[in-house]
Parts: sequence; C-alpha cells; structure tokens
Amino acid sequence: MVYKKRIDGRALDELRPIEAKAGVIKNADGSAYFKIGKTVSYAAVYGPRELHPKFLQNPKTGLLRCYYNMMPFSGVGDRVRPGGSRRSKEISMVIQKALEPVLELQDYPNAVVDVFIELSQTDAGSRCAAICAAAIALADAGIPMRDMVSAIAVGKVDDKIVADLNYDEEAYEDGPVADIPVAVLHNTKEITLLQMDGEISKDELLRALEVAKHATEKIATIQFAALKEKYAVQR
Amino acid sequence: MHKELRKYIVSLLDKGKRSDGRALDQYRQPVSVTYGVSETAEGSAQVQIGDTIVMAGVKLSIEKPFPDTPEQGGIAVNVELYPLSSPDFEPGPPGIYAVELARVVDRGIRESKAIDMKKLCIEKGEKAWTVGIDIVTINDAGNLFDACSLAAMAALKNTVFPKYEDGELNYKEKTKKKLQLYKEPTSVTIYKIGKSYIVDPNMDESHVYDARLTVASTADGMLSALQKGGEMPLTSHDINVMIDLAIQKANFLREKL
Repeated sequence: MVYKKRIDGRALDELRPIEAKAGVIKNADGSAYFKIGKTVSYAAVYGPRELHPKFLQNPKTGLLRCYYNMMPFSGVGDRVRPGGSRRSKEISMVIQKALEPVLELQDYPNAVVDVFIELSQTDAGSRCAAICAAAIALADAGIPMRDMVSAIAVGKVDDKIVADLNYDEEAYEDGPVADIPVAVLHNTKEITLLQMDGEISKDELLRALEVAKHATEKIATIQFAALKEKYAVQR
Repeated sequence: MHKELRKYIVSLLDKGKRSDGRALDQYRQPVSVTYGVSETAEGSAQVQIGDTIVMAGVKLSIEKPFPDTPEQGGIAVNVELYPLSSPDFEPGPPGIYAVELARVVDRGIRESKAIDMKKLCIEKGEKAWTVGIDIVTINDAGNLFDACSLAAMAALKNTVFPKYEDGELNYKEKTKKKLQLYKEPTSVTIYKIGKSYIVDPNMDESHVYDARLTVASTADGMLSALQKGGEMPLTSHDINVMIDLAIQKANFLREKL
C-alpha cells in the first residue's frame, strides 16, 4: 500500500478536467476540440469524398482513414520532428480501428472519410483524447454512426487501479505501472481499443476495464453536450 | 480556371470595392492574438485573421554552434500546412508553398536582428540555444504569409527559458527569463490584381491575383525581408506603392502583438 494518494491529488477514479467543443475548424465538414487535463486534441473530418489513388477505392463501401499527429511543440522536452514516426503510424491505425465499428459507410461507395487529428500539447492519454475528438468530429460531419466512441486510459499505479493516468503516473518508478488505453461504445459497452503496456494480473485488468466503462460514460456525456451545444436551436 | 471569378473581382476592384465589402487596404475581422496556447512549448500563440487560424510554438534546445559561428545560437522556422486545416492540403512532406512560407518568416525575423544570436551562446564553440519556431495551420482561409509571420513573433514574445543549471536542462521548470526581442518585424503581403493593390486576400482573391509582395518591416520603417510572388512582373512604381502600404499596415498588425 505505497501509492496512497495520486500525484496530482485526484481520487482513484477521478478524471482530469475535460472540455469539448464541436465545430472549431470552419473548412472541415466536421471538427472538434477535446481537452483532458493538459492534453489537447483537435480533429477535423473531410468527406465522404472521392478516394485517391483510385485503386484503393471499394465499390461496396466508403473507407475511413485516420491520421494522428503531435504538433512539433506538443511534448515537454525535445521538439517532435514532423513527418510521422512508427509510433504515430501505429496510433493512427488503432484509432481507425477504434472508430470503424460504429460507422455506416456502405452508402458511400468508392469514397473516403478522412479524419485528421493534431495534438497541440500532451500530458499522456493523447490517443484517447484523439479518439474522443474524432468521434465528436465525425458526428458533427453528419457521418452515420451507430454509437458514440469514448476513450480513456486506465491502469495500475503500484497497487491501485486508477483512471486517466497523467505523464507523472506513467513514469512512476516505485512500483509496477500498467497503462491501458481503452475505447468503449456508449450503448453496447463493447471495447474497440485495447492496448496495454506494463505489469498487471488478469483480475486487475478486468477491474480496470470496469473503471474504464464508468469513466467513458462521463466522457460520452461531455461529447454529447458539445454536439448539442453546437446544434442547439436558438429561441 | 478562375477566368470568370477574376473578371468579377477585377470589375469590383476597379470601382474600389471587394467581394466581401472591405476597403482595399482593410484586413478581415477579427485580427487577434492569443498567447500561451500550448503549455508544452516554451512560447506559443494563436493568430486569427478573419477565418484563418494559425498556431505557433517555440521549442528551445541546446545545440553545438556551427563551426563558422562558434559564438552564436540559431533560429529555425518551420511551417506545417496541416490537412486538418484545408481540403486542399494533403499529408506528406512539406511542399514548396510551406517551404516558401517558412523561409520568408525566417528571413523577416533573422535579418531584422530581432534576436541577438550571440546572446544565445552558452559556451563558445560548445553550447548555444537554438530557437525552433514551428507554425501550423488550423484553418486556412487565405493570407497565410501575414498570419504565420504574426504568429511567429507572438510566440517569440511569449517565450521563456527552461531551467538550465550545472549543464542540466529541465524543461519541466520554466524560469522567468524571457527571450529578449530587439525588434518586432511584421510581414504584410500586398497583392496586385489588375491595377489594384489589396491586403489580406480572401480565398477568391487568392486564386486570381497577378503578383504579390511580402514586406517584413520594423517599427522604424526599415525593411528586413522581401519576397515577390505570382505570375506577373511588377514595376518600380508598383513596388514603391506596395512597400508604403505594407509599412503602414505592419504598424496596424504590430499593435495586435
């Protein structure tokens, strides 16, 4: 019982402050801003539009493409070199897989829906913030969706199961740490993103997933509120 | 491709009018600067001109000075045209437009001597600060030259040094030591369409201009960088008029810093 109090004083299942806004980039068909703690994500959706190169087109359905990128000044410490890395490629792919299951793109044959995600500052949890922003942006773009996608990193710090790890917790050195980004569908509670690095037992993992389900419920409420705010009827 | 659009815009300009109702020398509204938009940067700012939004962030790093300037630090300017900001931008390495933007911003700052490169030296021949300025587009609705230049200056104004003690650099602790700026070079791009000169083109005007001249000037009216662009040539008379207008408008933009 070493990790009694979280480094930033939060309760074990407490999320950092969250802000969300829909429609922040005028040029895009849909867009969103999602901030959790000191991690800030912008997402813009372009499409459905014609897919180039043509050989990638699928006459049976539209396709989703996601691009995750950290702005060069978005990390504490060294500048992040522009131009994509192995890390950003993998994250782009898992984000795409997290969002694809809720989209209904079969009415857009040969088309593509592009989602561009940029992080302007990060303090852990950037792929989850990216997914939260992207899901709002897709809904804002009017892309048919079966469900809302919300994501959060849960995990273990020392002997405690916690929600929404920040960078200091990820870097905790006095005990085992597990970092588990999870994306959860709002209605079905199905999981579309699951990664883990660290040390954790199966039992603890299942407990962590329950924490993720509660946390993503709170996040979904904020995502819905952002959309409602944009589309509220002025009386 | 934009023949009819051009005809329409030129016919308006001949009457001293623009398609969005502005005067020829009038910027879109708002022109605003927001400081400190990225906590991970050593300095940052967001600039909005009309619907155009760009963000700039400064990262300070310690590098070995170049052998020919052992007592100097350096600056490096980079512009990223994010596909997030426009349907016309695609992912991939920077194209010539992004490179030109970055180099024009770089020259405006460097040549005005806004930053004293010698003051960036920590240890002769061994260690000096490099000021890395990255400018990224959030929404491109025209006039990126002026927006990028203004954002870069704003981010520099917002820059503080991280803690550096006993050879150890600690980015997590910021000091109160600001990056000293001796000048505020400000770029204004004048566009020539037909016989008219305009500032701050909207997207329609950006598609049909004949020539453009970017002029970086400081408060004392000195010029620190020029860049001519566009398909058509300029006369000395054009250049004379364009520079006067650019200096006047630079004072307007500088007030927003």
